[in-house]
Amino acid sequence: MSEKPIISARNLSVDFLISRGIISQDVYLRAIKSVSVDIPKGSFFGLVGESGSGKTTLGRAFLKAVPISDGEVHYNDGDVEFDLQDLQKEDLKEYRKRAQLIFQDPYAALSPRMTVRDIIAEPLEVMGITSSREETDERVREIAAKCRLNLEHLRRFPHAFSGGQRQRISIARALVSNPRFVVADESVAALDVSIQADILNLLKDLQSELDLTYLFISHDLSVVAHVCDHIAVMYLGQLVETAPTRALFDAPRHPYTKALLSAIPSLDPDQRGNIQKLEGEIPSPLNPPSGCKFHTRCPQVHDICRHEEPKLENAGTEHEVACLRWKELLTG
Amino acid sequence: MTLLKVENLTLQFDTDEGRITCVDGVTFEVNAGEVLGVVGESGSGKSITAKSIMHLNPRNTVYGPDSHIKLSLEDGVIDVLSLKRERDMQVVRGGAVSMIFQEPMASFAPAITIGDQMVEQLMVHENISKKEAVKVSVEMLERVGISDASHRFKQYAFELSGGMRQRAMIAMALSTSPKLLIADEPTTALDVTIQAQVIDLMKDLVEDFGMGIIFITHDLGVIAQTADRVAVMYLGCIVEQGPVRDVIRDPAHPYTQGLLDALPKLDDLDSPLTPISGDIPSPLERPNGCVFHTRCSIAEPRCRQSVPKMTEFAENHFGACFVEAEKRGAV
Repeated sequence: MSEKPIISARNLSVDFLISRGIISQDVYLRAIKSVSVDIPKGSFFGLVGESGSGKTTLGRAFLKAVPISDGEVHYNDGDVEFDLQDLQKEDLKEYRKRAQLIFQDPYAALSPRMTVRDIIAEPLEVMGITSSREETDERVREIAAKCRLNLEHLRRFPHAFSGGQRQRISIARALVSNPRFVVADESVAALDVSIQADILNLLKDLQSELDLTYLFISHDLSVVAHVCDHIAVMYLGQLVETAPTRALFDAPRHPYTKALLSAIPSLDPDQRGNIQKLEGEIPSPLNPPSGCKFHTRCPQVHDICRHEEPKLENAGTEHEVACLRWKELLTG
Repeated sequence: MTLLKVENLTLQFDTDEGRITCVDGVTFEVNAGEVLGVVGESGSGKSITAKSIMHLNPRNTVYGPDSHIKLSLEDGVIDVLSLKRERDMQVVRGGAVSMIFQEPMASFAPAITIGDQMVEQLMVHENISKKEAVKVSVEMLERVGISDASHRFKQYAFELSGGMRQRAMIAMALSTSPKLLIADEPTTALDVTIQAQVIDLMKDLVEDFGMGIIFITHDLGVIAQTADRVAVMYLGCIVEQGPVRDVIRDPAHPYTQGLLDALPKLDDLDSPLTPISGDIPSPLERPNGCVFHTRCSIAEPRCRQSVPKMTEFAENHFGACFVEAEKRGAV
């Protein structure tokens, strides 16, 4: 990796308090368990996994939107450097300008009572980035044009827009403060395929134009495959495999990644039924399995997997996998 | 055997802004033991078409005078649209036709156990005792692959996971042994791994029960994996209909081609994603002529003026497009 990582996490853990004990101990849910990952600057970094795997929580931890319980996260965009563990109030304000979030549902993310201009301008006013109304308008028009919204659109209210246009408004709002790092959390999941392609292309274009780094969270591997250059696969709060997109799709090492890949419905009607099926569902993080977290569903499970916890280890150029048996499985 | 014949279905809503056409002249058939996939973007009228088969649309719905939905039952054919009383509709709703919805959490009553809901509907439709109904329900839950069914039977919807809820929903829909099952985006809210499980289950069930299924989805991949025939809908019209292989490999309508091009393909990561330009028009501003001409890349002047007819391009493969028809010499 030639570029310095914009986000660098070491043994990051996030706990949520479930119930406070009076006699007994407090009960915590460990949503993220000791995740170490580097997000290279300028990359389109994909994060995939089933619902409940902790993708969203990890994304929010990088934005300092959930408390970090343990470990370290460093942010470095070349101009400024932050240690997310202890951000002072002033630094946090600055960080908010530099790291932004695009939400999943463009119907829920926009206030129905504000015009599109006000929606996009709000972050500028709240963060005190612009000093005059003219300056605000200027910025809003500039970013709106980049997100392919025209001036006419700015006067209207969100209800007048279709799903794809709304998502473009959300993107404009997220990018108006000129961030360097953007978390896109399932940003195309609620859209039709025809519009999904349009939004993905827009995100790509904006990346090169505005020099952005994305963390793209999605459950849809085929979408991730098309836009991302790096992919991390999550299962039950841990990373099980990270690799450049091509390596991951050509030679997946972890049984979970293989299962996810084969579960994507093929467009070929004659290729029915040769799915490597995964039994059961993701276990509850309140009561995680011992050893390898995936052993309860793994088709290649061995006795050792039930006791020993695998660590991420090197499996090729920039390719890491957390499976005790990946080498064995290579030979078949 | 033809189980369901939808003929020239036209459906409008009376609203304050005038009468809105949502389905326009839709004709299709479903045979017993066959899966008909219905695909299209949101707003294309897939769900309303399905709902009209069960007469579930709101009161301000106006059906066209020539519209018929004919359902073949043991004691003859009935036209669902001619049923007026709620009591008559019970033969259709939950009896001959069952429906599975997208969001299983919203379809179960939150304060009644899964079991009580299954028993209730069984006792409405079948002439059986409560004890038998309980037995049938637990068996059905086991059939759809829910482990520890007698325990799950006593639980509430919130206690089950998403995949399990959808299985329970399928069990409930099938317990009255319907002739036709309508599945409206049944796997959209599920993870890919769970989606694969549910698709498998539904394929097994078609083989076992031999009913017809209408499978509504926006995902062409899911259609390719489940359907025998496909109908592609756009803005309330069926623009293409045919066997699943023909439609996916040799689409006869630019809209279907557009949907295929917009789909990310795993075997070719470098191919660019091509969106269909523009947005689906509001039903208030239905285009004249071919409904798709505003977004079509091969539109000609005549597409703006007259509506293309459904033409048979290959055996059982129909499309409504002037340009394609000419190209294939099927005029």
